Amino acid sequence: MASRPKTPKKPAKSARKKAPHNLLLVATRKGAWIYHDDGARRAWRADGPHFLGHIIHHLVMDPRDGRTLLAAASTGHLGPTIFRSTDLGRSWTEATRPPAFTKTADGKGRSVNHTFWLTPAHANEPDVWYAGTSPQGLFRSEDGGVTWEPFSGVNDDPQYRAWMGGEQDGSPDGPRMHSIIVDPRDPAHLYFGMSSGGVHETRDGGRHWTPLVEGLEVVEGLDVGNLTFHDPHCVRMCPSNPDRLYQQNHCGIYRLDRPSTAWQRIGKAMPRSVGDVGFPMVVHPADDKTVWVFPMDGQTVWPRTSVGGKPCVYRTRNGGKSWQRMDAGMPKAEAWWTVKRQAMTADAQKKIGLYFGTTSGELWGSRDAGGNWRCLARHLPEIYAVETARTA
Amino acid sequence: MTCKVLIASPLRPYTGAREVDAAGGSLGELLADLDSRYPGIRFRMVDEQDRIRRHMRVFVNGEQTFDLGRTLHDGDEVQIVQALSGG
Repeated sequence: MASRPKTPKKPAKSARKKAPHNLLLVATRKGAWIYHDDGARRAWRADGPHFLGHIIHHLVMDPRDGRTLLAAASTGHLGPTIFRSTDLGRSWTEATRPPAFTKTADGKGRSVNHTFWLTPAHANEPDVWYAGTSPQGLFRSEDGGVTWEPFSGVNDDPQYRAWMGGEQDGSPDGPRMHSIIVDPRDPAHLYFGMSSGGVHETRDGGRHWTPLVEGLEVVEGLDVGNLTFHDPHCVRMCPSNPDRLYQQNHCGIYRLDRPSTAWQRIGKAMPRSVGDVGFPMVVHPADDKTVWVFPMDGQTVWPRTSVGGKPCVYRTRNGGKSWQRMDAGMPKAEAWWTVKRQAMTADAQKKIGLYFGTTSGELWGSRDAGGNWRCLARHLPEIYAVETARTA
Repeated sequence: MTCKVLIASPLRPYTGAREVDAAGGSLGELLADLDSRYPGIRFRMVDEQDRIRRHMRVFVNGEQTFDLGRTLHDGDEVQIVQALSGG
C-alpha cells in the first residue's frame, strides 16, 4: 500500500524515550486510539485517531515483544484487512493475505466480513497469531500477521458449519468467533467460543476439536443439545491457574475447573434485580477466585443497556459464591450505555487497573481493582474493544 | 488492453491517485494488474469467492457489471465506486 488510510500523529519525543509504560488500546467503530500513561496510570495521553473512518474491531499488542500491534479493520464499504505496526502505531503495514475462507468451485462459499478477534499464540511460538472472524472462522498466522491461513477442519467442517448456523444465528452485528485462548502450558491446547455455536477445545493444535458446553443453558424453549443455540459471549482463562475458566454467556455466568467438562452457573449468586447477563468477563491476573463482569439488561427484547440506566461492575473474590457491586464514581442514574465483550480488561500491575469502554464512547478506568472509577475519555465513537499493554 | 480506471475514494490510499491505468483482457485480469501494483487493493473490493463486495460497484464504459470475466478493450473506462449505501 503506497500510503496508509491514516498518517498517525507521532508521539511526543519525550513519550517515545520514556521508560516502559502502560498503554490502553481502544478500538472503535470509527478508528483506533492508543492511550499512553504517565507511568503511574494517573494521566493518559491520547494518540489518534488511527485509521479514522475504519471500523476497528480489535487492537492488540504482542506481549512477547512489547511493540508489535495488530489491528483488525474494515470499513462500511471495503473488505476486511489486518494492519501491523512495530513502532507503537507511528507506521502501519497491511497484511498481504488477510484472513479469507477457502474459495469454493461454485463461488458460493463464505467470505469474511471482518476479523473480530486477535490472539497472540504461545510464548514459544513468537510469530504465531490466531484470528476469529465474522462469519465464524478460525485463522492462524505464522509470520506475525502478514499472511493468514484458514483452519479448514473448523471452517469447512460440515458439523461445525451446522453448529455455526447461518447469517441470522449470531449477534445482531453478525455471527462471531471469539475468545481464542492459548494454554500457557501447551501451545497445542486451545479454546474458542462461537456466538453462536458454543465453546470448543483442541489438544492437538487444531486438528481435532471437541465441544465443551456441558452445564451451559440456552434460551428457554430451545434444545440445549443443539450447539447452534449455545451463545458464549466471552470466555477467559485464569493466568494464575490455566485449569480454571470463566465465561459470560447469553444465559448466565459460569466457571469451569478442568479436568471437569461441566460448567457451573455461578451467576445465580448475583442479585436477582441485576441478573447475570452481560458481555465481558475479566479475570484477575494472579488470583483465580477473582473476576469482574459488567451486567446488562437482557430482559424481554434485550435492551443491551446498563440495568435500569445504572452502570456497574460486579466482582467476586470467591469464585462466584458471592458478588459485590463496584460503581463508585460511575453515574448513579440515566446512563444507558453498556460494555461489549472485548471492551473491558485488566492490567497486571501490583494494584490491578481495570478499564472499560462504552457503547456511548466513554473510556473508564480504576486504579484500585474497581474500587473507584473515573472517566478517562469521552466523546469517542462507539467502543468495540479495550486492551491493556505495557511497552518493552 | 490498457484502460483508464477511476478509483473510489476509500481505495485511493492504495493508488495515491484518482485515476490510474491498468491492463487486462478482462475485468478480472485488470483487477489482478491493479493488485500487483497496489498490493491489497483487490481484496478490499472483491471477496475470496471472486464476488464484487456488497457495497462496491464497478462500471465499464458506464455500464454496471458484476462479472469479472467481462471482456475489456483498449481505451475502455472502468469506474470503481462505492455504493450509495449508508447514511
